[in-house]
Amino acid sequence: MISVASSRREQASRVLQQHGALMVLALLVIVGSLAFDSFATAGNAASVVVSSSFLAIIAIGMTFVIISGGIDLSVGSLFVLGGVLAAYGSQYGLLMALALPLGACGVVGLLQGLVIARTGMAPFIVTLAGLLGVRGLMLAISQEGATTYLVKNPAFASLGQGELLGLTYPVYITAALALVAMVLLQRTGFGQNVYAIGGNEQAAALMGVPVARTKVTVYVMSALLAGLAGALNAARLSSGVTILGIGLELDAIAAVVIGGTLLTGGAGGITGTVAGVLLLGVIQSLINQVGNLTSAFQQVVSGAFLALVVVAQRLLSKAQRLS
Amino acid sequence: MRRTDLEAVLEAKGISKRFPGVLALDGVHLALLPGEVHALVGENGAGKSTLIKVFTGVYHPDGGELRHLGAPAAFGTPLDAQRAGISTIYQEVNLVPMMSVARNLLLGREPRGRFGVIDATRMYAEAARILSGYGVETDVRRPLRTLGIGAQQMVALARAVAVDARVVIMDEPTSSLEPREVETLFGVIRRLRDEGIAVMYVSHRLDELYQVCDRVTVLRDGRVAHTGPLAGLDRLKLISLMLGRDLNEVKAGGLTRFSRDRHRAADGQPPAVEARGLTRRHVLDGIDVSVRPGEVVGLGGLLGAGRTETAKAIVGAMPLDGGQVLVAGLPLRGGSTTAAIRAGISLLPEDRKAEGIVPTLSVRENIALAALPSLARAGVVSDAKIDRMVEIFMRRLRIKAASPNQLVSELSGGNQQKVLLARWLAVRPKVLLLDEPTRGIDVGAKAEVQALIDELAAEGLGVLLISSDLEELVEGADRILVLREGAVVGELTGDQVTEERIMATIAEQSDDMVTIAERSDD
Repeated sequence: MISVASSRREQASRVLQQHGALMVLALLVIVGSLAFDSFATAGNAASVVVSSSFLAIIAIGMTFVIISGGIDLSVGSLFVLGGVLAAYGSQYGLLMALALPLGACGVVGLLQGLVIARTGMAPFIVTLAGLLGVRGLMLAISQEGATTYLVKNPAFASLGQGELLGLTYPVYITAALALVAMVLLQRTGFGQNVYAIGGNEQAAALMGVPVARTKVTVYVMSALLAGLAGALNAARLSSGVTILGIGLELDAIAAVVIGGTLLTGGAGGITGTVAGVLLLGVIQSLINQVGNLTSAFQQVVSGAFLALVVVAQRLLSKAQRLS
Repeated sequence: MRRTDLEAVLEAKGISKRFPGVLALDGVHLALLPGEVHALVGENGAGKSTLIKVFTGVYHPDGGELRHLGAPAAFGTPLDAQRAGISTIYQEVNLVPMMSVARNLLLGREPRGRFGVIDATRMYAEAARILSGYGVETDVRRPLRTLGIGAQQMVALARAVAVDARVVIMDEPTSSLEPREVETLFGVIRRLRDEGIAVMYVSHRLDELYQVCDRVTVLRDGRVAHTGPLAGLDRLKLISLMLGRDLNEVKAGGLTRFSRDRHRAADGQPPAVEARGLTRRHVLDGIDVSVRPGEVVGLGGLLGAGRTETAKAIVGAMPLDGGQVLVAGLPLRGGSTTAAIRAGISLLPEDRKAEGIVPTLSVRENIALAALPSLARAGVVSDAKIDRMVEIFMRRLRIKAASPNQLVSELSGGNQQKVLLARWLAVRPKVLLLDEPTRGIDVGAKAEVQALIDELAAEGLGVLLISSDLEELVEGADRILVLREGAVVGELTGDQVTEERIMATIAEQSDDMVTIAERSDD
């Protein structure tokens, strides 16, 4: 008989790997509530959640890509393209305001996915090309960014601005997407294939996983979600602002990694990503509370925190291997 | 049982496969019958791997015909072969290390609940049920990588069989298993045979072939040298078929190529290296080892007894909680491989691919790697010097390569091992630690490496030999230390150096034995 029991230490490090972000988030919220009177208010909580929801939508797509062993640098540009196209499309009604950005972004995702899956080119390079090309495309349709289309359709605008129980609609949309993504990742064959490819692509192929199809799917999903986030943001701002989304892909990657997903692929999850996004939001909020610090400090703290997480992950996976 | 009246499940009819400059397979005939365990043997480079890859759709034959269930078949990809019921267990486990055991086992066939969503509870239960049939009792929710290699191998096997396999091809399945696990594996193989599945078993370990195989096909230089029942085929005859050498020649040389004489280490000489009380929590528990010049000291024991760890501790590749290594009576700085190499201690690591060769470099560069610092003058190394040194070692160790500039990854396993040996000999060590020096290399190369160990010891090199092959240990070593659970539990010298004594020492006082003894006292 070959019997192997999990050691307690190994289990602990696994839990920490998966839920570390959530624990730190809880800790920060507690500390913040004790330190600042204005932190633990319904208003502040709502503002953190609302402002985090757009990044969360993008990060959900990024989670799939990173678990599959890839990376998607084009999401920041797709976000701004989605916003501009949604604002432009809104003059033809609600349907066009959604169909236009999703259609365009979906095509970009499909192209990127096909190139990555079929030619075996590095996702980093392919989506870097996407980042540059898509932003160029956005500038082209907005006359070098000079034209800002305004959202003229009230139904579409309410999608971004409408409120329920003190939270705007995008928050609920994000929550619904996160739930669906969780089920998709944990409880479907597609989700299993994503993990398998990221864990060991060659083995996955030998085990009969449709590697190419799965890869194309994750890049299409990521692009669609980025486009959707852009569209919702345009609805919120009532216009297709052309200067948004620069560096957003890096925020999304940071949130995913802080959430415990391994940058090398094969492990991670949606709960962690959501916690990672909220953590970034809470850090920003706390720094605002301190008052005399500029928002530049938020980036310093977020960066330091990211470095800390990566080191911790390294130590944790070492601990798991040793025991 | 042999059932020649049955139709072959998978058959190679005159298969040929050509690579640039080599005819890897030359008109190979081989029929796999349902309910047989068919051994495929041959030296490295005889064409075994190529044949397996033709059977599994990785390579496409240039000539001849592949027949599946009596009809001509062409597998475009490994997936096609799998769909046709041909499963392969590779030497290295081909699963996803970070996914859970259950998900690896059932990937693509997970039990579904409502809305077509995976039913996790049922999945875990089913995985546990399947694995218990293979003697693996573990929490199936753990990541696969936390299991031992043996258990991982079993998961791979369970997965392969569960995919409605009619043919299971196993390529060196036992190379990383413990004896206990090998027994479990054999139990499973026999069960598969009784269920009418054809098993092709590829291994260098002859003992195992005789235990579990019904028929054997011997490949030599891409051709079938022999096919027939294994029972009644003499062991020496089998080796002579593989080597293409005369039977009497093999008999005279014995199965290993070690000389029958023990080396004469001068008893009065101080040890070349002496380790005292090597300790690391949960791994090593106060190990004392010393090797004198010209002496071959064997380390025996089961996998995980601390043999590899002892060697790593001596060269400073593993942090220690206690103990020290003395060279010529002076303590060595701990935790520094540089210090160890300077003091004349070299380790030939167990995992050739991961810890040894640099596949993207040439034979020449691989050999010169460790010696570069000693060849350099003011940081600059003379090319001519390296060429001379490389030439000497390639000739001395009979390394078969097209040229010193050939990529080392293109050589056979045996020749790669010789390149590594050359690398460490090039730094002129006083003591050589050899961790499984002949694992996974073919019979011919194995004999050459063994002969070389003998020669080196005769020239005054101290050797610490780690091997799971008891025969190799007994014939190669002058003195054997038996390890168990990180401690030395016995030292065998002179006439005590026998396989039986090693096994008895390993078994002695182990927990099971104590329990049995206590029971009989009651």
